[in-house]
Amino acid sequence: MSTTTPSEQPTREAAAALTGVETGARSVAEAAHAPAQGITGAQSLVRSLEAVGVDVVFGIPGGAILPLYDPLFDSKVRHVLVRHEQGAGHAATGYAQATGRVGVCMATSGPGATNLVTPLADAYMDSVPVVAITGQVPSGAIGTDAFQEADIRGITMPVTKHNFLVTDAAEIPQRIAEAFHLASTGRPGPVLVDVPKDILQATTDFAWPPRLDLPGYKPTTRPHGKQVREAAALIAGASRPVLYVGGGVLKAGASAELLELAHLTGAPVVTTLMARGAFPDSDPQHLGMPGMHGTVAAVTALQKADVLVALGARFDDRVTGNLDSFAPEAKVVHADIDPAEIGKNRKADVPIVGDARETIAELVTAVRAEHEAGRTPDLEAWWAQLDDWRTRYPLGYDWPEDGSLSPQYVIERLGAIAGPDAIYTSGVGQHQMWAAQFVKYEKPGTWLNSGGLGTMGYAVPAAMGAKYGCPDTTVWAIDGDGCFQMTNQELATCAIEGIPIKVAVINNGNLGMVRQWQTLFYEGRYSNTKLHAVDAEGRPKPVRIPDFVALAEALGCVGLRCESKDDVDAVIEKAMAITDAPVVIDFVVGADAQVWPMVAAGSSNDDILAARDLRPVFGDNQV
Amino acid sequence: MTRHTLSVLVENKSGVLARVSALFSRRGFNIESLAVGPTENPDLSRMTIVVDAESAPLEQITKQLNKLIEVIKIVELEGDAAVQRELLMVKVRAPMADRTQVLQTADLFRARVIDVNTDTVTLEATGTPDKLQALLAVLAPLGIKEMAQSGTVALGRGPRSMSGSMSGAGTLRPVDRTA
Repeated sequence: MSTTTPSEQPTREAAAALTGVETGARSVAEAAHAPAQGITGAQSLVRSLEAVGVDVVFGIPGGAILPLYDPLFDSKVRHVLVRHEQGAGHAATGYAQATGRVGVCMATSGPGATNLVTPLADAYMDSVPVVAITGQVPSGAIGTDAFQEADIRGITMPVTKHNFLVTDAAEIPQRIAEAFHLASTGRPGPVLVDVPKDILQATTDFAWPPRLDLPGYKPTTRPHGKQVREAAALIAGASRPVLYVGGGVLKAGASAELLELAHLTGAPVVTTLMARGAFPDSDPQHLGMPGMHGTVAAVTALQKADVLVALGARFDDRVTGNLDSFAPEAKVVHADIDPAEIGKNRKADVPIVGDARETIAELVTAVRAEHEAGRTPDLEAWWAQLDDWRTRYPLGYDWPEDGSLSPQYVIERLGAIAGPDAIYTSGVGQHQMWAAQFVKYEKPGTWLNSGGLGTMGYAVPAAMGAKYGCPDTTVWAIDGDGCFQMTNQELATCAIEGIPIKVAVINNGNLGMVRQWQTLFYEGRYSNTKLHAVDAEGRPKPVRIPDFVALAEALGCVGLRCESKDDVDAVIEKAMAITDAPVVIDFVVGADAQVWPMVAAGSSNDDILAARDLRPVFGDNQV
Repeated sequence: MTRHTLSVLVENKSGVLARVSALFSRRGFNIESLAVGPTENPDLSRMTIVVDAESAPLEQITKQLNKLIEVIKIVELEGDAAVQRELLMVKVRAPMADRTQVLQTADLFRARVIDVNTDTVTLEATGTPDKLQALLAVLAPLGIKEMAQSGTVALGRGPRSMSGSMSGAGTLRPVDRTA
């Protein structure tokens, strides 16, 4: 897959540029680093973006940022003109998640900048390295309620890792270098740089690399040896261990090390919604996803574990359920790059602050030493128990009684046909959970979704960014009809800019997840969840509003429709064969399919239901 | 209530106070008092923050503060190992009949008269929160017209400093960043 190779060189160049460390690969980049006198702030900013290794920016121009778009016109940095700034932000996020590089988005002051707030909050919750550059009204007008003025630095303080307001054009290279450094190191996250119009127009000098001035920023990447040895001793002495793998493992590029640790320890692995693809689904040690809609085996393994090894995970409420009754017997090893995550929700018996890749590599060494000293755990009884749970409660689904198409079947077939080399993005809701459950992920960076913030509308623009970053990879957006109607305008961007993504709209005519909760918890009172046109009795009208096939075609895409099981494979294969244009498939599915298993919000994970009204028997005496 | 006094060195840049106060509000941490001012180093400001650690464990508060890029160092200043002071200004009703009593009270608390007129006297007092509370309790029956009180400022006792630049006596140990 193309996600790893092209990413290496720019990353190394950017790292060299930032650290001032000379490497053999610098000669190409040096041209962009040539000092310049008497240029504009805008030119300095574009040169800074070139020097830091940016290849694409997603954005929309406007009044305050207009000076920046003039030198950008001549730059080797490509600009993708999106249709809404939210699309720019999610595209930057999708690009970053698929390539591991920093994603960049750009907007003008006021409403342009405020439209970036949702994707920035999204990237913050999911720790995605994104840099946003916003225009601001001229310095002298700040605070006067000028036209298109918004205090975007103040607004984004709680949803960014850091942000800057540039007050002097001479600072531009330094602020850009700092923004990229902050976004991509430690716990990654979004950084916003706000630049007033007069700063862009001012005359200044450019020199690269600038000095970074971040005295309060020293992320700990090297794990503490003593903590690692303590963790290894716990693991070696455990009779019911579980490796609880979160998104940090993907961010750190630690999948190979994780595989080694898993095979060395023989422990079961669960991958959270943010970590799908970090460990191959085909590996027999993989129990699947834990959490509210996780597999019975994964959820219950965490509940019954005696040692939990949390790697780059944050004990999110969607994983733990009711925190007080979560994994009551487990001693916890918690490894994370962010010290504030350790002990935030669950007390850690062995805290390890460090980069996941370094930590897991050192754990491998330390566990091996335990084994060599004769301490090897016997996990036979644990695996007998785990295998029993996963045999008795596998993921599954029923076909709708009304004869309509099963959404789970559609997603399962899509995963089987597009395969583990494709990248999948999703929106938020039922289709997201089914895509996490029924697509089989084998490789890191192939599953992109909005986990923490739960941003409907993420799928299409994120797929656009991912496809731009990985042009040789098939990128599928698995979207719901509710989500799709929030951001589908970016398909026009895809069609015009030559970014041929594929979209599977799982169209059940409803806000499906909310409807599921109304079915389960509100006596089937479907308040404001029907998206389709209904008659006076509430029955669907035959008219399609919108007609997604016609909409797709209006946006310059190929539109296809599928309403029966027999056509599913053929329509997916037809879409796979179209490589020169974006494709949208309208999969018309039943409205009553539900996501199972389920732990109701706030409930204990012990109360997981494998299916509606089906409470698993765990055989407590067996463990 | 469990009060802790945190001394926080931050970069002297615009917006830092907003970041810190927004962090407390967003995470549901309670601030008892907050005082910000310059330090011996023009690039740094010191924030003295008295927190109520019942709202959240102190460890979580300091870890979240440490995540702010502009926060350089955090030290907890504990009871006997630190000196802590607040400044109080209080305008007291003081007609001729009561004036002597007001001035005697000021003397007892080592408060200074900083403004006087026919109807009122304004006193300035510094001390621990307990001492200032006691002063206010004595003055209250006389009639407090208005008052202004600062947050706590504090320094560690002994030769060590937070930045350790001048003393040569070592630096105060920061709240652990790593675990």
